[in-house]
Amino acid sequence: MPQVQELDLVVVRFAGDSGDGMQLVGDQFTTTCSMMGDDVATLPDYPSEIRAPAGTVFGVSGFQVCFGNSGVHTPGDRVDVLVAMNPAALKTNLQYMKPNGLIIANEDAFVARNLEKAGYASNPLEGADLANYRVCRVKIAQITQKALEGSGLSPKQIDRCKNFTALGLTYALFNRSKEYTQKWIQKKFGAKPEIHQANVKAFEAGLNVGQEGDLFPCTYQIRKGKRAPKPGNYRQVTGNSATALGLLAASRRAELPLFLGSYPITPATDILHELSKHRGIVTILQAEDEIAAIGATLGAAFGGALAVTTTSGPGFSLKSEFMNLAVMVELPMIIVDVQRAGPSTGLPTKTEQSDLLQALYGRHGESPIAVVAASSPRDCFDASIEAARIALKYMTPVVLLSDGYLGNGAEVWRVPALTELPDLRVRQRTNPEGFLPYERDPQTLARPWAVPGTPGLEHRIGGLEKAERTGQVSHDPVNHEKMVKLRAEKIARIAQDIPATQVYGNPKAELLVLGWGSTQGVIRQAVESLNAQGVPVACAHLRHLNPMPADLGALLKKYPKVLIPELNMGQLWYRIRAEYLLDVERLNKVQGQPFRADEIESKIKSMLGVKS
Amino acid sequence: MSTEINKETKPAGGLVKKDFLSQTEPRWCLGCGCYSVFNRLTGMFPTMGVPREKFAIISGIGCSSRLPYYASTYGFHTIHGRAPTVAMGLKMARPELSVWVISGDGDLLSIGGNHFIHLIRRNPDIKVILFNNQIYGLTKGQASPTTRAGTKTKTTPGGAFDSPMKPLAMAIAAGATFAARVTDTDGEMLTEVMSAAAAHKGVAFIEVMMNCVIFNDGAFTAITDKTSRLETTVRLQHGKPLLFGANQDKGIRLKNFSPEVVKVGEGGANASELAVHDIASPDSSLAYLLSQMDQPRDGQPVPLGIFRQVSAPIYTEVAGMQSPADDAAVARILRGSASWVEGEDGGIRSSE
Repeated sequence: MPQVQELDLVVVRFAGDSGDGMQLVGDQFTTTCSMMGDDVATLPDYPSEIRAPAGTVFGVSGFQVCFGNSGVHTPGDRVDVLVAMNPAALKTNLQYMKPNGLIIANEDAFVARNLEKAGYASNPLEGADLANYRVCRVKIAQITQKALEGSGLSPKQIDRCKNFTALGLTYALFNRSKEYTQKWIQKKFGAKPEIHQANVKAFEAGLNVGQEGDLFPCTYQIRKGKRAPKPGNYRQVTGNSATALGLLAASRRAELPLFLGSYPITPATDILHELSKHRGIVTILQAEDEIAAIGATLGAAFGGALAVTTTSGPGFSLKSEFMNLAVMVELPMIIVDVQRAGPSTGLPTKTEQSDLLQALYGRHGESPIAVVAASSPRDCFDASIEAARIALKYMTPVVLLSDGYLGNGAEVWRVPALTELPDLRVRQRTNPEGFLPYERDPQTLARPWAVPGTPGLEHRIGGLEKAERTGQVSHDPVNHEKMVKLRAEKIARIAQDIPATQVYGNPKAELLVLGWGSTQGVIRQAVESLNAQGVPVACAHLRHLNPMPADLGALLKKYPKVLIPELNMGQLWYRIRAEYLLDVERLNKVQGQPFRADEIESKIKSMLGVKS
Repeated sequence: MSTEINKETKPAGGLVKKDFLSQTEPRWCLGCGCYSVFNRLTGMFPTMGVPREKFAIISGIGCSSRLPYYASTYGFHTIHGRAPTVAMGLKMARPELSVWVISGDGDLLSIGGNHFIHLIRRNPDIKVILFNNQIYGLTKGQASPTTRAGTKTKTTPGGAFDSPMKPLAMAIAAGATFAARVTDTDGEMLTEVMSAAAAHKGVAFIEVMMNCVIFNDGAFTAITDKTSRLETTVRLQHGKPLLFGANQDKGIRLKNFSPEVVKVGEGGANASELAVHDIASPDSSLAYLLSQMDQPRDGQPVPLGIFRQVSAPIYTEVAGMQSPADDAAVARILRGSASWVEGEDGGIRSSE
């Protein structure tokens, strides 16, 4: 038996052809880690083609997971262990490796044809190219073939099992429990005994080679003890699943039926998938297009449902006219935008935070909308509930911003009891006495929700300007200005109702990092790392982008330096400067990839004049 | 005033037309066909036995789409072309409502063409009335998707040159389970067809050929003029041969699956040779063929009435929510299939 070394935090990346099942093994590895008590964060990184030509660099699909006993804020800046199923996978992923990191290469795939496709003049496993890394050459395909001799499967079917062989190797390397994966294979392939057996054998073969041979001079496990989680039910969850579950929980807490109108679009579709599993208690329309999806959603909102539409950038653009109608008729509705790199089709499977200004301002006319953003995969759950709370309480459309990184990324999540969640019940109007469709609640300025079917409340709404209180069509110029201001004031008043900004980090810091959305983990990691290095910094993160917290301006003014890192060209930066007349700095990245903590750290150091 | 409060709610049986009129006076042009449809619709509503609060009229943008403001039911004047989508969501959320979509040819067929097709193919229990005046009225006279070739409009000063859409044919091709065509001038037929649409279980599409007195006056004179209409139209009646003419002496016979006008009676064809109208035929071919006849041409009449009425699964019944959620069901979904429990002792066990 090789010796076992204990570690606190490890980053593994699986990479292969898009048909190699890398997302699947990544998911297995992650779930096993979470069920063994580790904290995890993942980064699926896949191309927008479903099965690009095998062996090519543009067909490489990757899955990165960071696991450890505590402090897992991100999927990791740099990779400790890379599993490369072919030369193209090695070529495209070497850039993410730590010096002296371990590369497990499927050497069966390093043949002339594949090397050529990947653009290698010679076999990198043999030259000095990889001198800075530890390379572990494994005949993964051959091991699989040997394990499945006599299985009766075709060579092609056998080859498709090699991802489980690779998974077995990593389980051996990190002393992972095989229980969950065994059960999963049984559940998934139980109906096809020969495929089930083949995958079990491939998995076992990988485990055996890793455990018994002299392949790994040393294996690893995660040091126990630091983590003290709150007792309760736990599971792993992706951001998109968490959004779906949050919406479902919100509908239950509001005691309203949940309606989802949606059209398939990457990377938001998994929310539609997740909720589609629960047709029967959710009403779902897979609409003919993005516009129909939001139109039906607004119709359902008129009909008294908790109504949601889910989309990504291009679809978000198409929905803007209906968002305006929702602003005008003041009905509650949630528009989930899982942002991706734009403009236009852009990088459909890659992440970005570049729809913020569109969410805030991208409609004709004066059209204020509440905007909230999720900050981690599991936070998508809480952010969905907050979006529902604002929508229902203030009778307004709310944009919930997620992004590809959050939507596809996974984390461990403590499943809350429903009773731990806010009570979202609202009163729909039933009393005809004194009913006026645009009479407002004096505190929230919300108008009554009068649902068709309610006797005595028959009324007409629409996109034409409304007279104050009565809601009659009005072309009166003074009334129009009044209504524009009332709609703005209603959204502004949400600020009375959102928590004060929380600051983390060193209280003596002279520099505050302000973030929003999916950068929370990486900012936190950078700030913790710098404080540990003796560089005092603090950070704050925005959930509410419109309105922003009431205390934000004063808070920012306390810091001589403020940095806003964003995966766009400076959209929050622009808004903060405009709103508070503050000369804040920005750090921007638009590569379809999340920040690495070291990128934020170096920017902070340069702002503080600290040498790297 | 479009949003006056209805102080009292009468039982469904006691309602009369006046109960369905809001205090907002209709503001269509004098002589506009919209009046006729509006009068007949609000006159028909009380006969349905449905309480007023259960009606919702959903419209898009255009002259006809102002209709919800003039009725005293729930109403939603939405955005251009999108009324079918809003109606779909409302009906799914509130299946018990009687939902009526009011739309025009520009609204439903041009900007909203996609929604029109998909509304029809899904067969929700929603009624759609197309006010087809073959012109954009509210934007003051541009060619619409149904404008006849040769018609001079502001955007086609030399005459419209593209091929007009046949909405009824489209509806039938999309699988309409109820499809009808009427003119704005025949009030009785309007009432009859709208009543049949209201009684139909599933989507009902009614094309009203309607005169625009300002921008396309006389577009349908050939089929509405009292002196000629008996010769230029054929009244479709289920189970009856396709006979027309002031003396019922002309008929439509199928020859190689093309309609052929023949003289019936002495010296002509026998009535038994004529095509017999069958609204309930599972095969929509005859209905489709008849729908192609949308203007009098070479002695061929324009068929009016119900083209097709068949039974099919209703989307809003199939796809709607089957049961309300309860806490236990939602809690189970939140936990998912692979969860575990971390106990007070820090121990981990599978929760399965």
